[in-house]
Amino acid sequence: MTNFKTRVGVDIGGTFTDVALAHAGGLSTCKVLTNYAQPEQAILDGIQLAADQAGIDLGAIEQVIHGTTLVTNALIERRGAKLAFITTEGFRDVIEMRSENRFEQYDLNLTLPIPLVARQHRLTLNERMGPSGEVLLPLDRDEVEQMVQTITAGDYDAVAIGLIHSYANDAHEVQMAEALRAAEPDLSISISSVISPQMRELPRFNTVIANAYVQPQVADYLGRLVQRLKDAGVGAPVFMLHSGGGLMSVEDAAEQPVRLLESGPAGGAIFAADYARAHGLGKVLSFDMGGTTAKMCLIEDGAPKTANMFEVARTYRFKKGSGMTVSTPVVEMVEIGAGGGSIASIDAMGRIQVGPKSAASEPGPACYGRGGQEPTVTDSNLLLGRLDPENFAGGAIPLHPDASDKAVASRLTETTGLSVQDAAFGVTEMVDENMANAARVHTVENGRDIEHFTMIGFGGGAPLHACRLCEKLGIKALLIPPGAGVGSAIGFLKAPFSYEASRGMFQRLAALDASAVNAMLQELEGEARAFVDAGAKGQETETKLTAFMRYSGQGWEIPVPLPHKVFEESDSTLILAAFEDAYRALFGRTIDGLACEITNWSLIVSTVLPAVARAERHSNGAGANALRSRTFYDAAKRKTVEAQEVAREALTPGMTIDGPAIVVERETTTIVTSAYKVIGQGDGSLLLLRKEDAP
Amino acid sequence: MSTPSSIDFQIMWNRLIAVVEEQATTLIRTAFSTSVREAGDLSAGLFDRQGRMIAQAVTGTPGHVNAMAESVTHFVAEIGAQDMFERDVLITNDPWLGTGHLHDITIVSPVFRKGTHIGYFACTAHVVDIGGRGFGPDGNEVYEEGLLIPIMKFAERGQVSKDLLRLIRANVRTPDQTVGDIYSLAACNEAGDRRLQAMLDEFGIDNIDDLSDFIIDTSRKATHEAISKVADGSFTHTMQVDGYDAPVHMEVRLDIKRDTLLADFAGTSGMSKFGVNCPEVYTRAYACYGLKCAIAPQVPNNTGSLEPFQITAPEGCILAAKRPAPVSVRHVMGHLVPDVVLGALHKAMPETVPAEGSSALWNIQISARASDPASDLPNREVLMFNSGGTGARPAHDGLSATAFPSGVSTMSVEATEHVGPITVWRKDLRAGSGGAGTLRGGLGQTIEIEPREGYDFYFNAMFDRVHNAARGRDGGNPGALGRVELSDGTALRSKGRQLIKNGQRLRLSLPGGGGYGAPSNRDKSQVAADIAAGLITPEQAKSDYGYE
Repeated sequence: MTNFKTRVGVDIGGTFTDVALAHAGGLSTCKVLTNYAQPEQAILDGIQLAADQAGIDLGAIEQVIHGTTLVTNALIERRGAKLAFITTEGFRDVIEMRSENRFEQYDLNLTLPIPLVARQHRLTLNERMGPSGEVLLPLDRDEVEQMVQTITAGDYDAVAIGLIHSYANDAHEVQMAEALRAAEPDLSISISSVISPQMRELPRFNTVIANAYVQPQVADYLGRLVQRLKDAGVGAPVFMLHSGGGLMSVEDAAEQPVRLLESGPAGGAIFAADYARAHGLGKVLSFDMGGTTAKMCLIEDGAPKTANMFEVARTYRFKKGSGMTVSTPVVEMVEIGAGGGSIASIDAMGRIQVGPKSAASEPGPACYGRGGQEPTVTDSNLLLGRLDPENFAGGAIPLHPDASDKAVASRLTETTGLSVQDAAFGVTEMVDENMANAARVHTVENGRDIEHFTMIGFGGGAPLHACRLCEKLGIKALLIPPGAGVGSAIGFLKAPFSYEASRGMFQRLAALDASAVNAMLQELEGEARAFVDAGAKGQETETKLTAFMRYSGQGWEIPVPLPHKVFEESDSTLILAAFEDAYRALFGRTIDGLACEITNWSLIVSTVLPAVARAERHSNGAGANALRSRTFYDAAKRKTVEAQEVAREALTPGMTIDGPAIVVERETTTIVTSAYKVIGQGDGSLLLLRKEDAP
Repeated sequence: MSTPSSIDFQIMWNRLIAVVEEQATTLIRTAFSTSVREAGDLSAGLFDRQGRMIAQAVTGTPGHVNAMAESVTHFVAEIGAQDMFERDVLITNDPWLGTGHLHDITIVSPVFRKGTHIGYFACTAHVVDIGGRGFGPDGNEVYEEGLLIPIMKFAERGQVSKDLLRLIRANVRTPDQTVGDIYSLAACNEAGDRRLQAMLDEFGIDNIDDLSDFIIDTSRKATHEAISKVADGSFTHTMQVDGYDAPVHMEVRLDIKRDTLLADFAGTSGMSKFGVNCPEVYTRAYACYGLKCAIAPQVPNNTGSLEPFQITAPEGCILAAKRPAPVSVRHVMGHLVPDVVLGALHKAMPETVPAEGSSALWNIQISARASDPASDLPNREVLMFNSGGTGARPAHDGLSATAFPSGVSTMSVEATEHVGPITVWRKDLRAGSGGAGTLRGGLGQTIEIEPREGYDFYFNAMFDRVHNAARGRDGGNPGALGRVELSDGTALRSKGRQLIKNGQRLRLSLPGGGGYGAPSNRDKSQVAADIAAGLITPEQAKSDYGYE
């Protein structure tokens, strides 16, 4: 990938389309408003703008890398294809019955997410595979023909096929798909044994349905994009960032759009991972805070943590279980409803609650003066002196502290008897507390101790809150990289080509069938390599093998990293040892005397990332010149402190300011609390370190 | 910090809820028992020095709410605070002092700070096996249901009692897993302790007394305020359910006076000879859960928010079973308690509570055995959780195949078929089973299970609403009755252990929820939508809704 000198990354988000153009002269970035009707227009405008800035010709661009939330939005907004789902008789309602639980225990009026495919469009075949792929009930030719007729008569745009145990034997799915393809060559068909060949029917069915639902629309959009780019003179190949944090060809993405669900946020995690590598940081918590949500991701040894399942389109206060679980490789992130626009209110017990409802960008926080009446986190930051009303977004958006004051006074202080300042403090402290709790739970779930991590903060809101978050989490070092406003788009440029192929194959370890495993791994490798070669033929690659294992009788597996090799029966010892290591790392102990088993396998093939230029690190240095003295409310001290305000550009490598301090720049403001100091770094990052004598 | 402000208390309260959630998460991730991992059958909480619960994790089982809240006071009374030391770990599974049956083990760990005892962490989980007959209703006394561990020390000053360990290991079928789960319980309390200490460091305080008062007083006040909004009066309600050997009559009277509420189950049937009896503690838990959902759902669980709901059942009735009654599957009656309580509350709070639902989970414990005992095929055990339909709500249809009041999850059929030699031929919605109404009851589901080649299986039936349907409300029709049968229509018993031979298929038809309001008032477009989706048949549309 470093073979290319001129590459452009484009991230379409809900509000802005971000562009980062890497060229011989450096990096040019810009933001343009997202164009919902014609997303590709904003891309062209943005690329043109960045190219003008860089002074290069559009024809000089050698690679376009794209990520987008449009796929997720299509799912959330239910703007997908007219879709039929074909499944095994007896399992028509899997996607409607879900896990048969309620994600909110105390809400008698709870409503559940509505399935993407209505019941009348869920059709069944009399057929059945067993758990080892054996045919329990053969699929009759007449049955298939009848289904073809039903589909034809139904005038569907797309069909998803998901049969029970198809990960173990795909014959019936393939038979059905081929018959449909022969009869209806233009129909979009997705089959679960290709899209997500893993055990567990609910996530597999959800995944193949989500794929089929968005496929025609995404394929259409990507086709248009490539054509428009060509017409504009950008003849370079286009690649997509997939949710797992790697690149795939635009043609493959059009076939498997479900792999694009988290592509934007994954770019942010790669951005942070790149800085983690440049600064030699082994354990990092990335923290991205925007207007509506905050996202966190664990990054270890320079790689974002990934998972093979996640929940998309949550419908109820970002609550676990209120969305749709899909099984596709993904950079694992926790997302909570906490952002600058999050609205504060008083609950039945007189307590301050923040979010997940957000004032978003319209009307925005009260202080924007655009009619917002509700007090938000941004209003509270303004009232606490953490934002400068004259200098928000480089002075482009004048803030109105009086409107914030009014909003806080009318909604938060009247019933509680708090002062406006105490209420504002309560709001920011509560939102910081919520984010800290989410971070703590995420690290505990992964068997890690958060105190030993470094935080990397980006996104408009993170620099305001990150230092307080570190205080709460016991984190001693915080890095704020430059260019954080377009972090995802920059991240795209740092991503490897990669593909994760996975397969459900159930085996008890005591009866390991090594030849079956080897044959399956060979298939996985062939599949994954084909995808990677589409963009990076001839480049050096590496592979990563993971088995998903558990003790017999347990309900859930843990990922177990294994060496990628040709296995022999005697390797069950090696696999057991790896399982026990992984189990111990997560849970602190193993259980003697119990058998264990493997359920799923996954193999990642990716190009090797080039060595990063190590950033010049500084942990101390001469004092930087302050612009002026300003006050802000220091949460840990519970009082307003006199702080030095310094321009970010004054923090050249090694220049230091002790907290309390405020570092200002056009896009954001970094708060350095009394317990921390800030030092400029060789790569333009800010490093905040806890003072040694801090209590 | 000298005196914490009200905001500090709010933040600490918020933190404590995160602390107990972390405590519960630790348990879910390390516990062995499927019912803990998959179904959230556990609870975790923090208590003050007096044994008052301050914070509790929201988990899958409301049945543990009050039950565990009360249990710590039993430990304090039995052992005495003066005899508790740092790093002690206390244990019991006494159904009457813990959470209602022997399978639930409760662990209490006293919390010390700078040498002073300041509170307790407690947690409860359902273990895989506790000996005896195993998880099922067929015992006639609690002694048959397994090992009873009285309140005692599992560890003193960090030293685990080797004798107790040996005793437990010798009495259960799965010694590694059961003992492993006890260690998981102890470890989750330790995780809570670490987070609590860090919070106390951060806020510079050394006890939780003031914080406890703040949380409990605030919650009690909010709960009393919520109760005071309910109409005063005395409201009675009755409900008949299947029971095991004889139908069970449940009766409750709610006395609501200003901001106080008393629920009394006097008049309820006597105990069963079989293990469907409920210790009172479990009845109180589910009654309180139902009431709280309707009256004060936002107030977090703690002593202050639970105490205002005064609940009592006369000793010796099936909802307040006396020792040594069998209580193994007390969840069946317990899950039905909210229906009767909400029925009474409906008279005081119209347009709030749902119609009756399937309510009791249809859990199946399957023991697969080789058809030919001489073959080498291993025994396998499979546990499945399944739910029928919930009652329709005043503004929404009931939820189909969804647990209420329990909050457990079902397991993947594909995963289940890897665990044991069974084929699940069907697990889908049971068309037509939702009670008709202006708002329709949730649908039950149909499940068909056959032993795989070479196997028969036994299953422990513990199913209710086979003879007594979930009733509708305000003119709504009842949901469909449950059915237990072979796929050829041969009826089976709805309670107790039965054999399914190779070649036979067990068919379970789970009950639907009751409807809400007169069916004739249902929006015609919704009736049409239900027909199109196959949730009701055109014939039902005609007979129930007058729709053609």
